[in-house]
Amino acid sequence: MFILLDSRLRGNDGTECFMNFIPVILWSDALVFLLIAACIIATLYVRKREHLLLPWRRVAQSSMAMVSLLVLSLFLLVGLLDTLHFRVALPQSNNGEKVYSPEVLSVFDKVVEPLRTHTEKTYSAPFALTLYAKESMTNAQGNIVREYPRLRFGGVHLADEAARDGDVVKRAAVGGALGVIVGMLFLGISSFPRKRENKAGGRSFEERPSSGVIKNALLNGWIPAFAGMTALKEHRAIVIALLVITTLIGAIANLSTAYHVLGTDKVGADVLYLSLKSIRTGLIIGTVTTLVTLPLALFLGVAAGYFRGWVDDVIQYVYTVLSSIPSVLLIAAAVLMMQVTIDTHPEWFETSAARADMRLVALCLILGLTSWTGLCRLLRGETLKLREMEYIQAAQSFGVSSMRILTRHIMPNVMHIILIALVMDFSGLVLAEAVLSYVGVGVDPSMISFGTMINGARLEMGREPMVWWALAAAFSFMLVLVLAANLFADAVRDAFDPRLNRSH
Amino acid sequence: MIAYLIRRILYAIPILIGVNLLTFALFFVVNTPDDMARMQLGVKRVTPEAIEKWKQQRGYDKPLLINSTATGTNTFTDTIFWQKSASMFVFDFGYSDDGRSIGREIATRMGPSLAIALPTFLVGLLVYVSFALLMTLFRATALDIVGVALCVVLMSISGLFYIIGGQFLISKLWHLVPISGYAGGADSFKFVVLPILVGIIGGIGSSSRWYRTIFLEEIGKDYVRTARAKGLSELRVLFTHVLKNAMIPILTGVVVVIPLLFMGSLLTESFFGIPGLGSYTIDAINAQDFSVVRAMVFLGSVLYIVGLILTDVSYTVVDPRVRLQ
Repeated sequence: MFILLDSRLRGNDGTECFMNFIPVILWSDALVFLLIAACIIATLYVRKREHLLLPWRRVAQSSMAMVSLLVLSLFLLVGLLDTLHFRVALPQSNNGEKVYSPEVLSVFDKVVEPLRTHTEKTYSAPFALTLYAKESMTNAQGNIVREYPRLRFGGVHLADEAARDGDVVKRAAVGGALGVIVGMLFLGISSFPRKRENKAGGRSFEERPSSGVIKNALLNGWIPAFAGMTALKEHRAIVIALLVITTLIGAIANLSTAYHVLGTDKVGADVLYLSLKSIRTGLIIGTVTTLVTLPLALFLGVAAGYFRGWVDDVIQYVYTVLSSIPSVLLIAAAVLMMQVTIDTHPEWFETSAARADMRLVALCLILGLTSWTGLCRLLRGETLKLREMEYIQAAQSFGVSSMRILTRHIMPNVMHIILIALVMDFSGLVLAEAVLSYVGVGVDPSMISFGTMINGARLEMGREPMVWWALAAAFSFMLVLVLAANLFADAVRDAFDPRLNRSH
Repeated sequence: MIAYLIRRILYAIPILIGVNLLTFALFFVVNTPDDMARMQLGVKRVTPEAIEKWKQQRGYDKPLLINSTATGTNTFTDTIFWQKSASMFVFDFGYSDDGRSIGREIATRMGPSLAIALPTFLVGLLVYVSFALLMTLFRATALDIVGVALCVVLMSISGLFYIIGGQFLISKLWHLVPISGYAGGADSFKFVVLPILVGIIGGIGSSSRWYRTIFLEEIGKDYVRTARAKGLSELRVLFTHVLKNAMIPILTGVVVVIPLLFMGSLLTESFFGIPGLGSYTIDAINAQDFSVVRAMVFLGSVLYIVGLILTDVSYTVVDPRVRLQ
């Protein structure tokens, strides 16, 4: 089930190019690209239309929303880098034909290569220098002793174990300082185009911005410190948030080159790496599901509300049947069946990553198929209301076709409901993934996700001393992601919901 | 009212038929019984005889919809659909893979499920509504803002965290109650108190915030202004006027889940080792016992539809303007 772009990577004369890897587009990757394309088209469409842009401006005015968006976009960045997959060529070749490793890697894996490859033997605590469990070792005198063995990668540069705390502080400070500088530079660069826009945007209808304004903006813009100061005045919250985030990233990045910042799990994998990899799974569950929900809910809901009669009856019947089954049970039943199909057809999948990915896509599909009913009901109700409006009746009496009324007059007027529902659903889906994976009907056990992390770490709570770091990492990452998504969704709802009173 | 109820119950029948057909399609058409047998017996190295035996033991060796070898009504009744799916209408759920009667299991496991779910529901509702009323009373003050922020944070935390955190803090660290397990009678208290507590805390965020929105919507209405103009105290306005009028939207979400309480909670029960219907379902999912999952899906939808009817009835209780006909 791969789309292999193998042939394009060869030279004209049939010899191999320098590339010693082959891009792989998994099904979920393809769907993510589709979503990105849809978002870009939607952005281009909205950009030119002031009335559609207005609510987004309201969102942009909320500093809470912008800070959440900043956090979300970081998660998105990780998720997107993790979506560009490839397979590395193995050194040996099979009769001149390149052989590719069965392991599917992503660009993100390459970026954090040390995190991925620095695996220990088993559990180790955050910043630990030794393994979690004692082992029998031969000491210098040749006696066998029970000792905590040193880690293979965590803190190996330290000869003296007591020097660790100082080293951690030093590395964190250096990394943090670098992070601040990068954040400042970023602020300087990003405030340049905005300054120009601020000056020019206000009068774009009357006159072109004079060359003096541009020169002025250029001058200001190229002095990052100055620009940073003005930005600080205008958008204090987001500037502070950005600096805090870059500092944190700098410190953690610098520390993680020498330590396991969040410890290691049962098979010695770095928990920070696992947490970062889980982001993609969560994001895909939260977004790809909407690809299924949206068309179903939109077409069926609007059709039921507009045509009424038997169309309405049939659609209502379908969604009442679906929604009367408790959703966890319906999802469980569907996922069980999907599992049977996948397990009885192992020949469909070339690599285990492809199989796990297919399960993820199927899970999204199932979540979408079982969760469109709520939105459909909302849209049906709104369409029932809209079709009695004068402008629709006017269109009908002019003889405008039903199709055109639906697409030109009704759908644009229910878009805000769809948007609100989608952003509100996102966080719920991310949380649902963890629960479903725990129940055993979530993602493939081999796929790194918050659910599988929690599931794996849950049973280790009983150990003494406790293995808490994997759980803590998974829950904290999830909390940050879901909290940011919730806050952003609230801002979007406040900006788009026409029922809300704008005065407060 | 009676006529209305009868009509509603009649209307439920086609829905249940739909649910039944859907589960039938899901469990027997998407994957044939052969596929399931192969899956259960291990995908590779499975002989056709073993598959036949597996199917025969479970009664899956019949045709799906129409048995052409049988005569008379047996053409339809001696089939998988009739015996496995249609029989659920008379609550005949058949046997699970380990040979026990599913109907009896459901009857015995309802008690423990209810022991957790009912107190969680009742106390939870009380807590959520009180918290929401408190935020409404102090609306637009620091208390309200902190309350809403707390709600948003609480609802952003995974439900699994509450369970694991609760078990760790209360059972492991403080040794107040056992980590998991269940006992009947008076002993059950120490086993159920933690699951109930965790269940209530887990729901505070989203529920209180939702109720607060409902109360705030009511508080902007004219009758509230009239009540204040009469000189009623704010507390009185809230409790006697706003709370009563907010009952309809609250009931819409609340009454429908009452029958589903019988089903218990999948997560809570499996974490705390409560022998209820929730853990029964989870065990069945993990063991891939399809007949149990099928029975639970059907039972769940029956209870949901009962909940919908109860919701309508409850409207007439709280709102004298609503007449069911």
